[in-house]
Amino acid sequence: MNTEISYTNQTLYIKLRGDIDHHSAKYIREDIDRELYKYQPSTVIMELSAVDFMDSSGLGLILGRYTKVNLLGGVLKIANPNERIEEILKMAGTEKLIPIEKGVKYI
Amino acid sequence: MKDKKTMINEFKMQIPSNSVNEGFSRKVFSAFVSLIDPTLSELADIRTAVSEAVTNCIVHAYKEKHGTIYISGKYYSDRTVEIKIKDKGCGIPNIKQAMEPLYTTDNTGERGGMGFAIMNSFTDKLKIKSEVGKGTCITMIKHLKNNAENR
Repeated sequence: MNTEISYTNQTLYIKLRGDIDHHSAKYIREDIDRELYKYQPSTVIMELSAVDFMDSSGLGLILGRYTKVNLLGGVLKIANPNERIEEILKMAGTEKLIPIEKGVKYI
Repeated sequence: MKDKKTMINEFKMQIPSNSVNEGFSRKVFSAFVSLIDPTLSELADIRTAVSEAVTNCIVHAYKEKHGTIYISGKYYSDRTVEIKIKDKGCGIPNIKQAMEPLYTTDNTGERGGMGFAIMNSFTDKLKIKSEVGKGTCITMIKHLKNNAENR
């Protein structure tokens, strides 16, 4: 699992890859939070197109980042989750808090 | 006439409650269930349900401390898969509450409280046996569709 993070125009773009479970979430969380506090972005985009697997620990990771981004006055968006991940997000009702964008390509 | 259901294959393993074994357990079940040609969606259901149960052992039962997780898998002639994941950890005082979507004992805001809800919705039957101080045993049953024509 490697996380690619870049920052331009007040936007933090996070590209996640591989499996997001309780094991990998620890490392991803550290990586994201470091950049989050450094830049305090107004928009954070978590790009999930390259994520093959995610369970409820990934959901926890997303909800935890939502809280932090919110506290810093920003907006969190999820981009391009696969069908299964979207199903898990919908089960937890996150789309009321965190918009899901599909078919959008960020650089 | 109804065919009698017989067990075709099984495995048992025990692993330490190390988070690296979440992915390992998923891979083991993928390999095991792949022997009977599941659909991709059935495979994903099983992987997710196994991941939730094993993570519960590590995070909740053993509270990220050392413990042993006992795992077994079986499949039967009628294409049902049985997944059993057992720990000797703290046990669940209130199973009904633990099963409520979004309920979590975690107070860091880093857990979604959806583990049991996911196990429940991604398998056909979920059985939880738990005793405080003794441990928890999760049994999940998944019926695989007959896809012999794909073989």
